[in-house]
Amino acid sequence: MVWDKLPELVEKVRAGEVSAVSLVQQSIDKAKESEDYHALLEINNQALEQAKSIDERIAKGEKDGALLGIPFVAKDNFLTHHTKTTAASKLLDNFQAPYQATAIEKLEAEGAIMIGKANLDEFAHGSSTENSAYGPTKNPHDKSRVPGGSSGGSAAAVALGIVPFALGTDTGGSIRLPASFCGVVGYKPTYGLVSRYGVIAMASSTDVIGPITRNVSDSGYLLDILAGQDPLDSTTIEREKSYQSKAHNLKGLKVGIVSEHMGEGVDSSVKASIQSAIDKLKEAGAEIVEIDMELNELALAAYYVIAPAEISSNLARYDGVKYGVSAENAGDLLETYLKFRGEGFGEEPIRRILTGTFVLSSGYQDAYYKQAQKVRTQITEEYARAFEKVDVLIGPTAPTPPFKLGEKQDPLSMYLSDSMTIATNLAGLPAISLPVATDDLPVGLHLQGAQRTDKKLLDIAMSVEDLL
Amino acid sequence: MSKFSSQDVQRLGLLARTAISDDQAAELAPQLESILDYVAKLSSVDTTDTEITTQVTGLVDVWREDEVKSSKLSREELLQNAPSTQDGYIKVRRVL
Repeated sequence: MVWDKLPELVEKVRAGEVSAVSLVQQSIDKAKESEDYHALLEINNQALEQAKSIDERIAKGEKDGALLGIPFVAKDNFLTHHTKTTAASKLLDNFQAPYQATAIEKLEAEGAIMIGKANLDEFAHGSSTENSAYGPTKNPHDKSRVPGGSSGGSAAAVALGIVPFALGTDTGGSIRLPASFCGVVGYKPTYGLVSRYGVIAMASSTDVIGPITRNVSDSGYLLDILAGQDPLDSTTIEREKSYQSKAHNLKGLKVGIVSEHMGEGVDSSVKASIQSAIDKLKEAGAEIVEIDMELNELALAAYYVIAPAEISSNLARYDGVKYGVSAENAGDLLETYLKFRGEGFGEEPIRRILTGTFVLSSGYQDAYYKQAQKVRTQITEEYARAFEKVDVLIGPTAPTPPFKLGEKQDPLSMYLSDSMTIATNLAGLPAISLPVATDDLPVGLHLQGAQRTDKKLLDIAMSVEDLL
Repeated sequence: MSKFSSQDVQRLGLLARTAISDDQAAELAPQLESILDYVAKLSSVDTTDTEITTQVTGLVDVWREDEVKSSKLSREELLQNAPSTQDGYIKVRRVL
């Protein structure tokens, strides 16, 4: 069975046409059948029990819950009961979270059932899921290619039909890039719209949580459940009344194309797919405007100063004292730290910790870190000028289709995969990646909106999705 | 001129409390250098009159009452991931 849209699926569960147990069983069967793709790190072995208790509630007439009986997976950087939480790091190989993320609590309160944890780049550091300490996930459309990252397992699980939706995190493109590579929808909310309590921190000034779904309306449906202030996350902002998406009139809609995102360095097949989407928008009556955003080009450089700086601070908590596998034969405390972290972290986290330590170190902080935060201000201002002229910015989510496993050995060339998504995070904007019809590998259309206009962006995306 | 030697990498590793082997340092030095070369383009931007970004959605000073609340978690649950505990405390190696 292909998954229906979430509200329709819930209606069937409520009406007793399908049971929660049968949906969860279907998910687990599909997960086992798709083991080759390595989308999941662990199956929740209590998921069937949870489904059974939901079916019992339904039998008693307790039918509340916007996600009654719906299975899902969470990226393995969400703290959850019933499974380990590893962040795909050896360092947290046996970590059992004592409490759950707010996002998981909210979904469970609506009757959703987490059937497992999805693979990711270690601590969400990467763009291909190859940096997982437990081995890479493979692209559902071509096993020799990457699913994108860092939420590669979540996107692959949705594309493979294991679950109707998954949770991911997006610090520089980590929801949108894998959504693009796997041919599914990936939504990055405005910074602070969804509580991050109980999610393993990467770069706190850009980290957001969002859904990966089969269609836009499911993303809006889930955001409606997830959004809102949380006393446990002081960065959360006020929400809009509803995020349930409705079609938005495309006639007269002002659509900006970032010229730099359709120029050199973008694969010709990607460009052709995006151009045909733009042509369809034009036919539908949208007004297309080309916008030069020169500073947008500097976003990747600013990010690779700011993010490592925050990462080096956030990962300081992994000291081998509070959690993790202890360095047994270490001598003193300093040696415990050195050994535990040196042996526990994989290559990419170490690269980022060292880069971050360097840019924050005495004598370099002004030239690197402060300058990057000033360029960030200018990037945000450039976006504000653009949104005075247009309703939405459109372009490719990624400069290339999914690349081959092992193709990008040089760290910098991997970083460049995020060149189109990263500025969004620095400015805290909402954005979405939609699959564009192609004959070959998946391509994602990237839509970015002004801060705190998530509802409008979802509505526009829903109408664009109909066109594609 | 090379900005990073293997020794520099190992010194950063010590600052970050992360042991870096000689082989790792030799591999990391040119990688860190190429990352820093790439981000050097930020210096071309005139930022004389630009404020640094401190918070992206404009929130300032989010306060709450300083109330004492009991934890939902037991001491055992909170300590369950610590590699070494004694009498309900986390055991740390000798510092002095």
